[in-house]
Amino acid sequence: MFRKLHEPEGAITVYVDGIAASAEPGESIAAVLLRAAPHWSRTTPVTQSKRAPYCMMGVCFECLAIVDGIASVQTCLTLVRDGMRIERQHGKRSLSA
Amino acid sequence: MSRSAFDTAVIGGGLHGLSAALHLARAGRRVVLVEQNWVGRHASGATAAGVRTLGRDLAEVPISLESMEMWHRIEAIVGDHCGFHSYGQLRVAEFTAHLPSLEKRLETMHQQGYGHEEIIDRAELLKLVPAIAPHCVGALIARRDGAADPHRALRAFRRSCEGAGVVIHEGCGVTAIDRRGSDWHIRAGEQEITVPVIVNAAGAWAARLAALVGDDIPLGLKASMMIVTERLAPLLKPVVSVVGRSLSFKQSDQGTLVIGGGLQGRADIDAQKSAVDFTELAKGARAATDLFPSVKDVRITRSWAGIEAKTKDLLPVIGPSPNASGVFHAFGFSGHGFQLVPVVGSIIADLVVSGKTQRHISPFSAERLMTTRAAA
Amino acid sequence: MTSVDLLIVGAGPAGMAAAVQARRFGLDVLVVDDQPAPGGQIWRSVETVAAAPRGKILGQAYQAGKPLADAFRASGVRYQPGTQLWQIEPGFRAFVTRDRQASTIEARSVILATGAQERPVPFAGWTLPGVLTVGAAQILLKSSGQIPEKPVWIAGSGPLPLLYLVQLLRAGGKIAGYLDTTPPGRRRAALPHLAKALGAAGDLIKGLAWMGMLRKARVPIVRHVADIEAIGSERIESLMYRTRTGQEKTVPADVLLVHEGVIPSIHGALALGCAVAWRDDQDCYAPVLDPWGESSQAGIFVAGDGAGIAGAQAASLRGELAALRVAVTLGRASEQAAAEAAKPIRRKLDRQLALRPFLDALFKPRPEIFAPSDATIVCRCEEVTAGDIRAMADVGRPGPNQVKAFTRAGMGPCQGRQCGYTVTQILAAAEGRTAQEVGFYRIRPPLKPVTLGELASLDRREKVS
Ligand SMILES: Cc1cc2nc3c(=O)[nH]c(=O)nc-3n(C[C@H](O)[C@H](O)[C@H](O)COP(=O)(O)OP(=O)(O)OC[C@H]3O[C@@H](n4cnc5c(N)ncnc54)[C@H](O)[C@@H]3O)c2cc1C
Ligand SMILES: Cc1cc2nc3c(=O)[nH]c(=O)nc-3n(C[C@H](O)[C@H](O)[C@H](O)COP(=O)(O)OP(=O)(O)OC[C@H]3O[C@@H](n4cnc5c(N)ncnc54)[C@H](O)[C@@H]3O)c2cc1C
Ligand code: FES
Repeated sequence: MFRKLHEPEGAITVYVDGIAASAEPGESIAAVLLRAAPHWSRTTPVTQSKRAPYCMMGVCFECLAIVDGIASVQTCLTLVRDGMRIERQHGKRSLSA
Repeated sequence: MSRSAFDTAVIGGGLHGLSAALHLARAGRRVVLVEQNWVGRHASGATAAGVRTLGRDLAEVPISLESMEMWHRIEAIVGDHCGFHSYGQLRVAEFTAHLPSLEKRLETMHQQGYGHEEIIDRAELLKLVPAIAPHCVGALIARRDGAADPHRALRAFRRSCEGAGVVIHEGCGVTAIDRRGSDWHIRAGEQEITVPVIVNAAGAWAARLAALVGDDIPLGLKASMMIVTERLAPLLKPVVSVVGRSLSFKQSDQGTLVIGGGLQGRADIDAQKSAVDFTELAKGARAATDLFPSVKDVRITRSWAGIEAKTKDLLPVIGPSPNASGVFHAFGFSGHGFQLVPVVGSIIADLVVSGKTQRHISPFSAERLMTTRAAA
Repeated sequence: MTSVDLLIVGAGPAGMAAAVQARRFGLDVLVVDDQPAPGGQIWRSVETVAAAPRGKILGQAYQAGKPLADAFRASGVRYQPGTQLWQIEPGFRAFVTRDRQASTIEARSVILATGAQERPVPFAGWTLPGVLTVGAAQILLKSSGQIPEKPVWIAGSGPLPLLYLVQLLRAGGKIAGYLDTTPPGRRRAALPHLAKALGAAGDLIKGLAWMGMLRKARVPIVRHVADIEAIGSERIESLMYRTRTGQEKTVPADVLLVHEGVIPSIHGALALGCAVAWRDDQDCYAPVLDPWGESSQAGIFVAGDGAGIAGAQAASLRGELAALRVAVTLGRASEQAAAEAAKPIRRKLDRQLALRPFLDALFKPRPEIFAPSDATIVCRCEEVTAGDIRAMADVGRPGPNQVKAFTRAGMGPCQGRQCGYTVTQILAAAEGRTAQEVGFYRIRPPLKPVTLGELASLDRREKVS
């Protein structure tokens, strides 16, 4: 859906639902999600409809995902780290995770 | 002046005002209800809505048990299930040192002939509430207890009231009550109402209303706080409280955790405002995460405090005014009045219509709180 | 617990300028901001990007943020990036979370410099992946150097879409078209305010230059578009809109960016009990402030776009004024010295504010924004539709708080940041009242979604046993 204008400097690797994705230090997880098909971050707790980052500034909560095991992380406000594990979040949060 | 369209005025549009109005209207009274803000603005809209007989003061147990029967058929009463579920309420002992207090309570209940409370062991506790911390050793349980959805209840009671002919005026705060012969004349915002009978269900402000008719009833104030979280997949069904800490913990139908337990925020009764004190609320969060370790990373979406009146013995005032004939009080529920809503309305209707009730309400008399003073 | 003279929330133009000013008077200043670096919305990532090739793409007004960020860093201010403020209690005790650790800050005064957010615009399909705000796309460009892969549709009104289109052209992005939703007649409505605005002519000329660039690049521009709808099952696939002549068009779409102006972030001010008043000129609430930016709650100031939309330069100036006043109240400056120092700042601020009536009239939100069709989702979090809200207006004359209780609109994690104004406006229309009469949600803390564990960690009690 989105593409980077430049080759990432000092590229690192994060894992989105287990699939490796290249990322650049200093960018948000949400930016990576918008480059990594299928480009959505979560499904809603009410009707399980798919949502993707919408505002990128912390006011819509559509970018929630599970980051290193912690659910409902606002990925637009959270920076990538090498080796980070990101999972798309499905519906109501389950605590067994 | 033409005769008033009403013969009964209920002051206060919380659930107790609505319940009284509903029962009165069904008993043939022509009822007007006045509310200073909007229906459900205060305690009844802020409540945790636990429907609990467990651990009640002995004086309250009989009416609480009757109210519980009414909750189990609430749909027949107000045309909606009010989100009521009966998965039980538990009072958990974290440590063996906490068990004797539960055992003592059970013994008292048995002595009084009540069988609705039981003690369960750790194994059954873990079966009923698998998410609970494994260090907990047992619990006191009332299996027919449960919880409801307060907003659904408000809407259902309101609709039933209107269906039964109750006229509701919102945005009408009562500022003056005067004698007019054998009637009372009420000024409430734009409304002027003359009626022989008044029900004072004004919640945290009830002492002020009582003072307007000559009853000097000292009342304290509570500002209990609540936490609601994001929606979760099903985690637990019963309502859980715990010995020695301020915690009440449950999950709503929507999946949000609803966490309370009586921790106190700040209240300003004149401004009708209440505020959360997070340093205090941290204790509740601590208790919640100690008892349910898996909820540590769950996000809080909002918190609030609700204002309510408290009496010195934590029992409500239910009954006729000692000084003003035709005035009936129903307030001072001290943090646990939601469960009593159906029965108290019925009691008030009895008192108004026939001057008496079968229920044992002498522990709730206003006189017990009033300094002895010769009636004028 | 940290203890400071002045806590500033937000490190955008307003927060940075306030901090620099307050440091001149030797105040002990702490700035918290939820971004990883200073700059706020306009100058996101400016420290690293201004000098990079991307800085050129973003333009001079962007690069101009670098000196302030440098001055901010050099001012001796304590700065905590990546920190969310979630509550302030009287006294003042502020609650923040950083790196999953909650802590409290004691402050003698507070400046809220939390800026603005884009006005939420509900329309059919706005929740589909692939629909983002223009601001979001611009943030992706600023902080990640990324642009839409395929030709992008942009729909909306106001300066930001124009600016982003220009930046996107410079970046080599492809534009499917710009659907300008500004209704006919707005230019005429704005004209009477033009003369006053000429004091800040630079900004007007910039706007005209952008239009020129777009025409030269042959960006397809459709004027006076209405009734936009995003269509798709799992993501946007196509886009429908209505032209001025009433024609319905459907076009394929991969990404749709929308924007209908910005509104002050008022959640912080509301949660603190600061009085707000409705602004007809900007169709939003803004805090009631004295000429220094002090709110109805003594010791709490609001500066920047959070005080009412006026742009980055005005934001900085308002930040400076607030800091001057704080210096006076804390006994570090005399009333007279502050009044003197404020004079040139106020002159510049007046020039900036003179531009607003023109822009506000030109880009006044079209009424359609506040009247979505019954089937349109209004509350994105809880998926409550406009029809659900309208259905509530049948019992009594409910306000937003009752509607919230009954429908759950505004109860999700965004706490009404996306649906608040729409609910107010729908109720106003249904009940024949003004938006001001209907009011806004009561905002309940925490302002940001702190976890139970983070809150629990603030309980200093001994372990229970
Ligand atoms: C946070 C919290 C959690 C709770 N949890 C539980 C629980 O789990 N289980 C349980 O059983 N109980 C619980 N309670 C208690 C229960 O909610 C209350 O006892 C009950 O709602 C009281 O209802 P009410 O109608 O008496 O009061 P309110 O709902 O407060 O109604 C009183 C009304 O009177 C109006 N009024 C006041 N003065 C005037 C005037 N002069 N003129 C006109 N109108 C006036 C007020 O505006 C108000 O709306 C809780 C309470 C709170 C605050
Ligand atoms: C998405 C977006 C993009 C914009 N782009 C431009 C542009 O390119 N050019 C232009 O001229 N104008 C732009 N604007 C308008 C912008 O509002 C002003 O130009 C300017 O940034 C306002 O400055 P400020 O200091 O008032 O607020 P901001 O710059 O918005 O700064 C506020 C800061 O506070 C932080 N914050 C908010 N709440 C909290 C909290 N609870 N805890 C911690 N931190 C918090 C925010 O993350 C932000 O860093 C944009 C606005 C938005 C919403
Ligand atoms: S994209 Fe809106 S909160 Fe993250």
